[in-house]
Amino acid sequence: MELPVISNSGPIAEGGGCASSGCGTAPDALSHLPDHIRAKVQDHPCYSEEAHHYFARMHVAVAPACNIQCNYCNRKYDCSNESRPGVVSELLTPDQAIKKVLAVAAEIPQMTVLGIAGPGDPLANPERTFETFQQLSEKAPDIKLCVSTNGLSLPEHVDEIAKHNIDHVTITINCVDPEIGAKIYPWIYWQNKRIRGVEGAKILIEQQQKGLQMLTERGILVKVNSVLIPGVNDQHLKEVSKIVKEKGAFLHNVMPLIAEPEHGTYYGIMEHPSPTDAELQELQDACAGDMAMMRHCRQCRADAVGLLGEDRGDEFTMDKIDVMDVDYEAAMVRRKEVHDSIIEKLEAKRGVAKPKAEGIPAGSRPVLMAVAGKNGVVAEHFGHAKEFLIYEASPEGVRFISHRKTELYCGGMDSCGDGDVVEAGATESLLDRNIRVLEGCEVVLCSKIGYEPWGKLEAAGIAPNGEHAMEPIEEAVMAVYKEIAVTGKLLPAAESLKVA
Amino acid sequence: MALQITESCVNCWACVDVCPNDAIFQDKPHFLIDDMKCTECLGDHAEAQCAAICPIEMAIVNELGEFLNPPGSLTGIPIEKLKEFGLWREAA
Repeated sequence: MELPVISNSGPIAEGGGCASSGCGTAPDALSHLPDHIRAKVQDHPCYSEEAHHYFARMHVAVAPACNIQCNYCNRKYDCSNESRPGVVSELLTPDQAIKKVLAVAAEIPQMTVLGIAGPGDPLANPERTFETFQQLSEKAPDIKLCVSTNGLSLPEHVDEIAKHNIDHVTITINCVDPEIGAKIYPWIYWQNKRIRGVEGAKILIEQQQKGLQMLTERGILVKVNSVLIPGVNDQHLKEVSKIVKEKGAFLHNVMPLIAEPEHGTYYGIMEHPSPTDAELQELQDACAGDMAMMRHCRQCRADAVGLLGEDRGDEFTMDKIDVMDVDYEAAMVRRKEVHDSIIEKLEAKRGVAKPKAEGIPAGSRPVLMAVAGKNGVVAEHFGHAKEFLIYEASPEGVRFISHRKTELYCGGMDSCGDGDVVEAGATESLLDRNIRVLEGCEVVLCSKIGYEPWGKLEAAGIAPNGEHAMEPIEEAVMAVYKEIAVTGKLLPAAESLKVA
Repeated sequence: MALQITESCVNCWACVDVCPNDAIFQDKPHFLIDDMKCTECLGDHAEAQCAAICPIEMAIVNELGEFLNPPGSLTGIPIEKLKEFGLWREAA
């Protein structure tokens, strides 16, 4: 191990991805944007829900130092098996980072975005961060650059950010009230002093807001990340959403707190609860009235490589890169062809109408459905799904809500994964756990499902459905919704007839 | 007089960038302070800069071996919890 690392400052999670297409059916979350901004984000997986299915991103871990402490972060972390913001395995120098980016860009032509997101705060490492951007803008002008920050040093670096043509910045803003901030940030390092509590939080908040305004005044796109911490900032985030929208942020990404004792963070060790999926969704919906919400974030590592939701970092460790021979001039030609063909496909898709809820009686209640999907279609075997995509069908149409991770319980040994595996010492079988993950959903759509999970799902009040294998997800969800509508179970009067 | 870095250091570079004397250098398994260059920031700053930015408790000690950031002082995690998780040491 070269340079042990550490975790980061802000949860610098970037966009998320699913192996499916139609994440987000609700009228495109970015449709309110003027054309020139839409053009900027259409190939950015962390900003455009649609793009994250086709375009990849990478982070280079050149920024280890941080200037604040967040209670959800442990600066000691160095783990290759964990996927969460702030965790990296290999810290890079700017020169190594350039080599890695060129190698990845040549190998994965759909990689359009390079971000610096830690593992500390990129702007607390200005020399390493801007040296990397400087070299990249010269050597790989076809790669978009972006940076994530906690905002403390943002105002003093805004001009430098503009100079390097970085047109996407993510600021982690968890609060606008210093009293709440003091519960999230125990200290900051500011003007040569460690400043604790409310005083420190107040400075951080002022700097974040000032930086946000300065960036938007210069036409730089700003996304705001917030960590939802139950009991600390959950209600407060609605106000945060309103304020950052007023100041010109174009997208708000509310992410759940990740806190496990083994992470060694304050919230982990103090056993602070993470939000449930329902709590997260409720807050995202509450904020959605004020601005575009991002729901496809996968809270990736500070050295992630690939499509959101996947990590190909292992293919590009420094020892492997050292022996790769990259002809970037040739790679750029191929990259352009790939990008053009994806954009063409996306534009064609934009013209395609979303499935309509015609025939659904007004006043019908919305229904949540879980989908084992891949590449936009209902494609996965129930027992093989690594995650379920949660969709809501309502009289307004179908919209993507979130993704929920599962644990594989079917090893694919037999034909159909009927078996249920109980890990040694586990109090709950993996199948039971996966069924719990689907709480709140009434239907689960998959390509195939075994006999045992079928029975357990039905017993849990979730209807398994394998009738729509290989159909586009949104159409399948709408078709099932219509089937339920026919039974009359969507109208309030029918509630009493509902059988558990 | 000079400060020292202990094995708790995670090599995050934060102190290197803020040291007014360029006294901190990279080494294995962790960064070290050149005791010929370190002034404990006397005359430059009210607080020793490495200790003011260091995010890791117990990573910086003075000549007496005392922690500049003792256990619990940066994270606010109570001592008994630190002991439970093996994150507590008496002195360097």
